[in-house]
Amino acid sequence: MSHGNMNLTLKVWKQKNKDTKGRFETYDAKGISPDMSFLEMFDVVNEQLISSGKEPIAFDHDCREGICGMCSMYINGRPHGPKDGITTCQLHMRSFKNGDTIVVEPWRSAAFPVIKDLAVDRSSFDRIMSAGGFVSVNTGNAKDANNILIPKDDADTAFDAAACIGCGACVAACKNSSAMLFVSAKVSQLSLLPQGKIEKQDRVLNMVKQMDEEGFGNCTNTGACEAECPKSISLENIARMNREYLGASFTQNKA
Amino acid sequence: MFCLIPLTHNFKYLFYTIMSKKTGFLSSSIGKKFLMGLTGLFLVSFLVIHVTLNSFIFFNDGGVSYNAGADFMAHNPVIRILEIGLFAGLLLHIFQALLLTMENRKARPTPYEVVNGGANSSWYSRSMGILGSLLLLFLVVHLSNFWVPTKIAVFNHTEHNTFAGMKEVFAQWYFVVIYLVGVISLLYHLLHGFQSAFQSLGLNHKKYTPLIKKTGIWFSIIVCALFAAMPITMFLGIIK
Repeated sequence: MSHGNMNLTLKVWKQKNKDTKGRFETYDAKGISPDMSFLEMFDVVNEQLISSGKEPIAFDHDCREGICGMCSMYINGRPHGPKDGITTCQLHMRSFKNGDTIVVEPWRSAAFPVIKDLAVDRSSFDRIMSAGGFVSVNTGNAKDANNILIPKDDADTAFDAAACIGCGACVAACKNSSAMLFVSAKVSQLSLLPQGKIEKQDRVLNMVKQMDEEGFGNCTNTGACEAECPKSISLENIARMNREYLGASFTQNKA
Repeated sequence: MFCLIPLTHNFKYLFYTIMSKKTGFLSSSIGKKFLMGLTGLFLVSFLVIHVTLNSFIFFNDGGVSYNAGADFMAHNPVIRILEIGLFAGLLLHIFQALLLTMENRKARPTPYEVVNGGANSSWYSRSMGILGSLLLLFLVVHLSNFWVPTKIAVFNHTEHNTFAGMKEVFAQWYFVVIYLVGVISLLYHLLHGFQSAFQSLGLNHKKYTPLIKKTGIWFSIIVCALFAAMPITMFLGIIK
């Protein structure tokens, strides 16, 4: 394995906060190992910036193993970079060539205001979840799991939808900044299971209402979200949400 | 009489369910897409009639069967009513497209510096607005070539030879070019739009979606090839 033999040029978005205008700044990333993850490369660059008395680049990260959904970099025109089915933290520098210029931008959406540099505020997703992304259950002892039988296919489909980590790559990839893939995954994972079916009408109506209020765009079925999703969430979920929303709008027994 | 009062109430309720500005189905993002897909498929059904009837020119009988068909379409009262529906559907499709495009623009105030759209989607799925605008421009030319003269003839109760009009238009090379650009725009608009409409209506199924996608591709190619063949064969004098 080779160490520290890559020299790269980074063009990174710098923005003080959501109220100021941002701009690109160019950084030299020297002595980068191809075995580093993309975030580790940023750590090295930030160390160099700090030791030379400059301000480091702010970016979001947490678990660094592809499950927390925090890292959110739009790299060379693609969310989470050039590889499919992974998050930014799972992207390695061997995916780039020595001497490359890499353009790194934050997720760009009216519903994701920039907090600082590459970190964006995704609390709009949290508000969509609070609007209906839950199951109301009484507290108490956990029931025996086999009390409610669930068809294997339903369990699998629900699990595939539940793989969504809420990173927002779907919104970032969509030319319309639509959050349909995220919301539909959350609607699906609950409505496919018996415990979630009970509230499915209220859930889909409330979550879609909140999604629209947050200022996300409208889906035009380009499929960019599905292609860029680090968890490969399927477009089938969007169709499921569309028909659940249609059904709930017209049959909900409330005035 | 008794049942009339709750009935009007029910209709009012249904009207609010669909149309209410704040909570109505059509004011939601999904409702708008639903209407887009529905009007799109309605316009597709019109294309089937249009291409079938126009293909009568390929009988190459000097336009006898084609003119008979055109005459039927120009005078049949059922077709006249459907024509109003067609224009309504077209206007609704255009209006929704403008509304959705404006909302989508607003959803991303700061554009990306670098966008690698080709890595995740087809260019035509991202260009439905431009393709649709080209189609609208084409429609203005197309309607003024054929629809307007026919309407004038019907209004004046005079005979109108649509086939002769077609030959006249397609004798000019620039109209042939305009029509081919229009047909190519239609091809790509349909390639995305056909299957996209089903997805918007919530129809996605392990068995049927691959079938819908293939049908969409073949439908777009066949319809557009037939449409393109009309100005070309007439310009080259194959259809006399």
